Amino acid sequence: MHFDIPSDYESGTRVLDEIIRAAENSGYDADSVFAVKLALDEAIINAIKHGNKLDPSKRVRIDARVTPTRVEIEIEDQGCGFDRKKIPDPRKAPNVEKSSGRGILLIESYMNRVQWKHGGRCLRMVKLRNGRGKVK
Amino acid sequence: MQKDRLMSETPPRLTISQEKDVRVVQFTESRILDDASIAEIGAALAGMIEAKDRPKLVLDFTGVEHLSSAALGMLINVNTKVKQQSGQLRLAGIRPQILEVFVITRLNKLFRIVPTRAEALASFS
Repeated sequence: MHFDIPSDYESGTRVLDEIIRAAENSGYDADSVFAVKLALDEAIINAIKHGNKLDPSKRVRIDARVTPTRVEIEIEDQGCGFDRKKIPDPRKAPNVEKSSGRGILLIESYMNRVQWKHGGRCLRMVKLRNGRGKVK
Repeated sequence: MQKDRLMSETPPRLTISQEKDVRVVQFTESRILDDASIAEIGAALAGMIEAKDRPKLVLDFTGVEHLSSAALGMLINVNTKVKQQSGQLRLAGIRPQILEVFVITRLNKLFRIVPTRAEALASFS
């Protein structure tokens, strides 16, 4: 599945629903679907809000492949990117009481493999069917 | 009179009731994801908290199937406001999948989470 959407939440929700429907139709269990939905929602919001900063002239590219064994998703925005290493751990004081900064932690916790590419503008993530742990 | 006042303050995404001195708020949508919903809910809860000294508040998540990190941020702001007012906050009815989100982010240590609304009501001092 290939999507090229403007930087608005409505378009993002349509993509989210379509990919989740494909995972459900492929027989992924409720926990796997929950994981993909949560990670994909965070990733799309990051791309639209933090990457493209809601700029209507910028686009978000999303490619997804749902196979019997894995869900692979790549999301790329047209923003400035970011350095993953500079994002603080929201689980550590004093960050735990901050109201933002948990999206990346959730993506990396719920997916089996996560790669940040192109200076942080592109995210590739994989969820294995019934998968636990990280894979290459 | 009390009922009318409560109804007039209730935004469409929440059901609000009063149990003695405890305000109980139930989310009516299964997904708490988008910025507009979160901002609306946050503003409604902030108004409720600021209207009362030492507020006692239960947020009932029964029926909530998904929430985003932005919703977690809104809950943190609610918790901060409750503390500023020397109040008490309980989260109840959180299904296991959502509870795992609180555990992963370690927000289960920040909030007082109880299994049911009844247990939340019984827990206030």
